[in-house]
Amino acid sequence: MGKIGRFGIHGGQYIPEVLMNAVTELDEAYQFYKNDPQFNRELTALLNDYAGRPSRLYYAEKMTRDLGGAKIYLKREDLNHTGAHKINNVLGQALLAKKMGKTRLIAETGAGQHGVASATAAALMDMECVVFMGEEDTKRQALNVYRMKLLGAEVVPVTSGTATLKDAVNEAMGEWTRRIHDTHYCLGSAVGPHPFPTIVRDFQAVISKEIKEQILQKEGRLPDAVVACVGGGSNAIGSFYHFIGDEGVRLIGCEAAGRGIDTYETAATVNTGSVGIFHGMKSYFCQDEFGQIAPVYSISAGLDYPGIGPEHSYLHDLGRAEYVPVTDDEAVEAFEYLAKTEGIIPAIESAHAIAYARKLAPTMGKDKIIVVTVSGRGDKDCAAIARYRGEDLHE
Amino acid sequence: MNKIEKAFEKGKAFIAFITCADPDFATTEKTVLAAVENGADLIELNIPFSDPTGVDGAIQKANLRALQTGVTTDTIFAFVKQLRDKVDVSLVFSTYANVVFSYGIDRFLSGCADAGIDGLIVPDVPFEEQDEFLPCCEKYGVPLISMISVTSKKRIQAIASHARGFLYIMTCPGGTAEELSEIVSQIRKYTNLPCAVCISSTDSPYVLQSAALADGIIEDSSIVELMEKHGTACAPYVGAYIRSRKAMLKSI
Repeated sequence: MGKIGRFGIHGGQYIPEVLMNAVTELDEAYQFYKNDPQFNRELTALLNDYAGRPSRLYYAEKMTRDLGGAKIYLKREDLNHTGAHKINNVLGQALLAKKMGKTRLIAETGAGQHGVASATAAALMDMECVVFMGEEDTKRQALNVYRMKLLGAEVVPVTSGTATLKDAVNEAMGEWTRRIHDTHYCLGSAVGPHPFPTIVRDFQAVISKEIKEQILQKEGRLPDAVVACVGGGSNAIGSFYHFIGDEGVRLIGCEAAGRGIDTYETAATVNTGSVGIFHGMKSYFCQDEFGQIAPVYSISAGLDYPGIGPEHSYLHDLGRAEYVPVTDDEAVEAFEYLAKTEGIIPAIESAHAIAYARKLAPTMGKDKIIVVTVSGRGDKDCAAIARYRGEDLHE
Repeated sequence: MNKIEKAFEKGKAFIAFITCADPDFATTEKTVLAAVENGADLIELNIPFSDPTGVDGAIQKANLRALQTGVTTDTIFAFVKQLRDKVDVSLVFSTYANVVFSYGIDRFLSGCADAGIDGLIVPDVPFEEQDEFLPCCEKYGVPLISMISVTSKKRIQAIASHARGFLYIMTCPGGTAEELSEIVSQIRKYTNLPCAVCISSTDSPYVLQSAALADGIIEDSSIVELMEKHGTACAPYVGAYIRSRKAMLKSI
């Protein structure tokens, strides 16, 4: 007992009894289908023909020249159908749910990208879809709310707690306890009880699998660093996974520091949190000394989460990956910088990774290589960033 | 016989769920005393958590109301220690894993024993994750109460045969007496411990049927809703509610 789905001390299945059979059933189905050639053929076809994979590995030449250090490559997950890496996991889980005979998908969403991806997969596969989204986030990401509705999903604004991502997870889990028989909980990040962190990681690992093939083809060698933003950590674990065994490759996760890690308005879990048990897993969390989960903050709805996936916590404990804080201000500057320098508007989440790459590249020699994952595109953020800069822009 | 088993000695037991410090400790104390006076056999004292997953909205709100008063695990231990002298019935804590874990599992269970707590309910610690908590529960003689739900099915054997204290059966809205009857008869195959059913419905026929099948009932949201409605004046309302429930249980 106590050894199921562990990453070092992290992970596990800390969930109410009512959900145990559902996660066990999911685990058994996943163990079967992940090795099923037919399932994998169908999934690959969806990823390639529908989502547009493989995504490009783009040499950011102007950015490289401007920063004057390591060569920078951008892994363009923003070019996927629905505009973010989220679709990789959603197509996998929706296909799995369909094979399991489920007719209804529920999902949580922060920035709305996972909600949009879930609504998209549900539309494609003729499934019902309900998305739980913090009320605060429905305001920050009004356009994505409309997209989900357009795709036929119901969007439920969550008003409990801080009305952000963690509260949306609470509500989605609660809904799952009430309707297990026909419903699959399509968790969007590499968090939650086993088997979710493993399932999400496996479906996102296509990112690092492609990076490896593409960089070997372009440069004939592995990169010196892979940089990705981390909230729950799905695009980061996907970007890191196939490099974990390659010790020469630095793995760097960029956490949302909000207004700074020395303030209470932060969501930098590894940098400011401690080990705890929440949302079905043992991992690092922002919390007070009595284990009450902290009301975190970031300009980025997608990183505004008080925890981090258990595999990241393990990689941190091992010292295999580094987790660095990036503030709102730095992320907004990077958002504008990438737009002006490369003509690419990144999601504000991804801008956290760009921001760190801007600091890192000049410290490394010109013979070094950094790969930065651009997890999503930034159209959804334009109005909010304009307002952050004091412009009176409304959608 | 331990205190928990005693709660089930005098016929069908009534277990009242009360959130500590909702809306303040004085009200909690008055409500617990009123519950006991009116026949509650066991009190489930809820230590509030910021994010109680999988409970209904009324209980979530009660947790937040309590936390807004600045209550902590330490102040709750101190409160229960003095409450213990005033009530004779069994008191168990219910809270989430992180409250126990962050306090230090050993320190938390030692605090429970010191405050006269007779058992611990942690809904987000299922059977598979109990090993981390059990050694300390045994060390301090505070049983970890096992939970069973309508979805448990083939898990019932393992859970029931390792259970301690009593079996806490969770029902879903729309649950039927047939479902419950099946669960209880499964449990009875593996343990002689008492079974209590948590009732989320106010539907009297279902409550009666459940009580007839099990050894007792637990009510949470109905009590929490009375506390929300009447605030600091809730004690007599909760007392009257429990009196009527006890009368119903006696009629079985």
